[in-house]
Amino acid sequence: MLILTCPYCGTAADETELHPGGEAHVVRAGPEADEDTFEAYLFQRANPRGVHFERWRHSHGCGKWFHAARDTLTMQVHGTYPAQVTEPPQDILDAIEEARAR
Amino acid sequence: MSKRLSTGGRLIDRDTSLRFTFNGTHLRGHQGDTLASALMANGRTLMGRSFKYHRPRGVVTSGAEEPNALFGLGKGDRFEPNQRATTAELFDGATTETQNHWPSLETDVGAVNASLSRFLPAGFYYKTFLWPRSFWKHVYEPFIRRSAGLGKAPDKDARDPDDYEHFHIHTDVLIVGGGVAGLAAAKSASATGAEVLLVEQTSHWGGRAPVDGAEIDGMPADAWIEKTVAELEAMENVRLRTRVMGSGIYDHGYALAYERIADHAPEGGRPRHRLWRIRARRIVTATGAIERPIAFAGNDLPGIMLASAVRDYVVNHAVAPGDRTVVVCNNDDAYRTALVLDDAGLKVAAVVDARPQGGGTLARTVKDRGIRVLQGKAIAKAKGTKTGVTAVGICEFTGTGDVTETIACDCVAMSGGWSPVVHLWSHAGGKLTWDETEAQFRPDPDRAPRNEDGEAMVHAVGAANGHFGTAEGLADAWDAGARAGGGTASGAAPAAAARDEAAMMPVWLMPANAKIGLRRKAWLDFQNDVKVSDVALAAQEGFTSVEHTKRYTTLGMATDQGKLSNINGLAILAQALDQEIPAVGTTTFRPPYTPISLAAIAGEARGDLFQPVRRTPMHQWHEDNGAVFEPVGHWRRPYCFRRDGERTEEAVRREIDRTRHGLGMLDASTLGKIIVKGPDAGRFVDMLYTNMMSSLKVGACRYGLMCSENGFLMDDGVVARLSDDTFLCHTTTGGAERIHAHMEEWLQTEWWDWQVWTANVTEQWAQVAVVGPHARKVLEKLGGIDVSKEALPFMRWTEGTLAGLPARIFRISFSGELSFEVGVPANRGRALWDALLEAGEEFGITPYGTEALHVMRAEKGFIMIGDETDGTVIPQDLGLHWAISKKKEDYIGKRAQARSHMADPDRWQLVGLETTDGSVLDDGAYAIADGTNANGQRNTQGRVTSTYHSPTLGRGIAMGLVLHGTDRMGEEIDFTAEGGATRRARIVSPVFYDPEGERQNV
Repeated sequence: MLILTCPYCGTAADETELHPGGEAHVVRAGPEADEDTFEAYLFQRANPRGVHFERWRHSHGCGKWFHAARDTLTMQVHGTYPAQVTEPPQDILDAIEEARAR
Repeated sequence: MSKRLSTGGRLIDRDTSLRFTFNGTHLRGHQGDTLASALMANGRTLMGRSFKYHRPRGVVTSGAEEPNALFGLGKGDRFEPNQRATTAELFDGATTETQNHWPSLETDVGAVNASLSRFLPAGFYYKTFLWPRSFWKHVYEPFIRRSAGLGKAPDKDARDPDDYEHFHIHTDVLIVGGGVAGLAAAKSASATGAEVLLVEQTSHWGGRAPVDGAEIDGMPADAWIEKTVAELEAMENVRLRTRVMGSGIYDHGYALAYERIADHAPEGGRPRHRLWRIRARRIVTATGAIERPIAFAGNDLPGIMLASAVRDYVVNHAVAPGDRTVVVCNNDDAYRTALVLDDAGLKVAAVVDARPQGGGTLARTVKDRGIRVLQGKAIAKAKGTKTGVTAVGICEFTGTGDVTETIACDCVAMSGGWSPVVHLWSHAGGKLTWDETEAQFRPDPDRAPRNEDGEAMVHAVGAANGHFGTAEGLADAWDAGARAGGGTASGAAPAAAARDEAAMMPVWLMPANAKIGLRRKAWLDFQNDVKVSDVALAAQEGFTSVEHTKRYTTLGMATDQGKLSNINGLAILAQALDQEIPAVGTTTFRPPYTPISLAAIAGEARGDLFQPVRRTPMHQWHEDNGAVFEPVGHWRRPYCFRRDGERTEEAVRREIDRTRHGLGMLDASTLGKIIVKGPDAGRFVDMLYTNMMSSLKVGACRYGLMCSENGFLMDDGVVARLSDDTFLCHTTTGGAERIHAHMEEWLQTEWWDWQVWTANVTEQWAQVAVVGPHARKVLEKLGGIDVSKEALPFMRWTEGTLAGLPARIFRISFSGELSFEVGVPANRGRALWDALLEAGEEFGITPYGTEALHVMRAEKGFIMIGDETDGTVIPQDLGLHWAISKKKEDYIGKRAQARSHMADPDRWQLVGLETTDGSVLDDGAYAIADGTNANGQRNTQGRVTSTYHSPTLGRGIAMGLVLHGTDRMGEEIDFTAEGGATRRARIVSPVFYDPEGERQNV
């Protein structure tokens, strides 16, 4: 039962308030995409043993989608950040590096 | 024979006398007794029959780990099976009965299984009952179900009269276990200023320390506990709760605890159980340890108990389990039992110590009192009757079990060492390490469960952390408590004498080389009747993984989840495999720690509170006028309105007939309504819908299809353009929340630079469909809005004041009739409904329900999401090409619909189906094709998606998906029907009624 802090409203939200959305930063493949690209976009998802960038919606709260960097093994959360980015922000990457170095 | 002692008993109140019944016999006990102690005080040692062999069984333990003494408690509506006598507190008027025997506990026919035990080894059911196959269902399974098993389920008509509740709490530190370690941890944690919640599963504080004679800070344990509890109670940042069991630990400091509020005091107007849902920053598990039984032949006889339990009953309840006890052990701690028995004036016939060199200080004290101590010896076998053990045969520990001496006794106190209670630590992923010295798995502090901040979430302390000395356990708890509180320990830990015990010696089977006849009688799992020979057999047959051995033998799979048996079982497995114990590993620990009631899990969510129900503003009228309701999502919609004496199908027929030939009205308020607004709204609805929406004129309506990104049709509805930058999107009743979330997901995560806002206004509007040849007349009679053919043509909308109510009127039709959907603010819904009823009286206005709606839409060949679609159907399958834009570059699902499987001409296509005899096809029936598939099933070439009797046409009509369906008009094919029959139907157009659409365009 995770706790993730919504980067919009600041609430440390219980998992029951949240709706999971799978892997983050998946780039949409449109009508021009070839079969392989489209298959990868539609079906193929990362399932790492370690840090996973993932999408969550604060569905029973402010309603906003956000991203979390969560370690699937240790459950450590390296940070949450708004969904309106195409890649993890530097401060999140730094936090992951720092945790690895320890 | 067991009995009550004349003095002592730290937990009982001798001034009280409580009456209770045991299998109908009236007995008495004291306040503070458990059911187990009260029964033993009354000389009752036979407490049940075992699961498989129906062997007589008595109580083994004094706590939550009890495998044998399981009773049915209570009567009638309050009856509860499989309750542990060791944790059930006695109360006046308690009713208890034993389980798994027939006709009586003393004379049990099923005990014949015991004499057949050689023929009922591990995996017996799998091996024997395979053949003949039909016998399984009719002979073997009913037999097994009757003879094996524990308590009976409560009567099917019983209704639990008690209340249950959930309790939510946040705290800095949760401490599970109120023994001296838990109390010490609470003191040091609370000293840091942290909020502390300390829970204890029993009704009293202090755990085993007082029974074991500990001294803390120079005072007897009882006094130190009383003082410490008083100090903690005085602190504002500490909550103390007894009768609350830490049940499970989950990610990020979430924990469940199970409070038994009124089990010991029923009918007091309080909830019976309460489930605590706890969020803690840090958790301390001070859950103690569980003593291990020793596997020797006949170790399951009544009167053979854990050594710690024997002294618990003497010290806590002043109950002597027997008059003459043999203590059998591999460690020093068990000698405490000999001392306690001797103090109470009870005979200790011998202490049988497997260690050749014997014990340390405690052992010397016992010897000094003149008690006989045998070193390097073992019990070869225990002998007895159904009421209990009568003697033990002694042998060399290292031998095969040749008896050299027989010692008479009526109680055996056994101790194979201790296992830390690591369950909670393990629930959230904490790892274990094997401790050679104590032969135990204990928490590995380097591999603790982690919190979201990456720090250790759980600290195990005291005996739960493998510290069995009072001083060591207190120091460990004192330090960890402060760390859990976010500080460092201030001041010294409570002081106690350091542990002074000689090393234990692992004993997994007694004697070490016991012959097979003895192994077959040496129990590991009492509750599931698993013996040493069963585990060895499983290993021999290739079940070498501990998880496989568990499932093959059922070791540790009973309601006690192997609290006594697991370590012994996996040690036996390791021996059989010639491996080290840590290489074999443990099975997985999963919550709950002990069984918790389903009612506590449900909490308040029962009956009317089971789930929220959504009602339209007109709901009360429906209720008052014979509505038969059906659930649609959380909504309750009228299926039809039955008039006096009408059957449901008659009501549906009347509603359709009156609507088609006169005037009908439908409460359509549940229809989803979502506003999409902003400069980029047109661009956005073009992505959402398969057809072009941005070209819609203000004042116009258009039917649209919505697909998921994998191309499948997910929702449909009419879109109305309210203004240049505003669209009102209607969704299906069940789809409003889902579709709104779908819109938000795309807006927030893909097209976040588009200026679009959405709002789900479903509940802000009440909507009524006014349908039928007289529809226009009734609206004109209400007056205020021009609804003429010229002013409001088909697929247009208008707004104004209708009968004095602010209203929007959409001229759309889901029935094929002249139809207006009138929307008013929700709080005016009932006013509109009443006004329509009154004005429509002269036209015979007839409210209709969802079934009439469904039949009428099917007569017109309109699809229904969830009938014609099931998540695998694309719009092209349904012949909806006209609603798919070829001009648009992109929409959600467009690329997926171009994938090869989606474009396959062999995809089943939507057609109408008319039975040749006018009957109604079965719902979901398959169209049969020639031949069979690889599994010998008939091949299929289609299936029915909607099927009804059409009162308008006087025959059965259906829609279905059929292979090459649109090219096969007029062909007749067979469909499956109930009872193996078939039904023939002709492939026709799905539009059965008014194909030109003349009725709606008037």
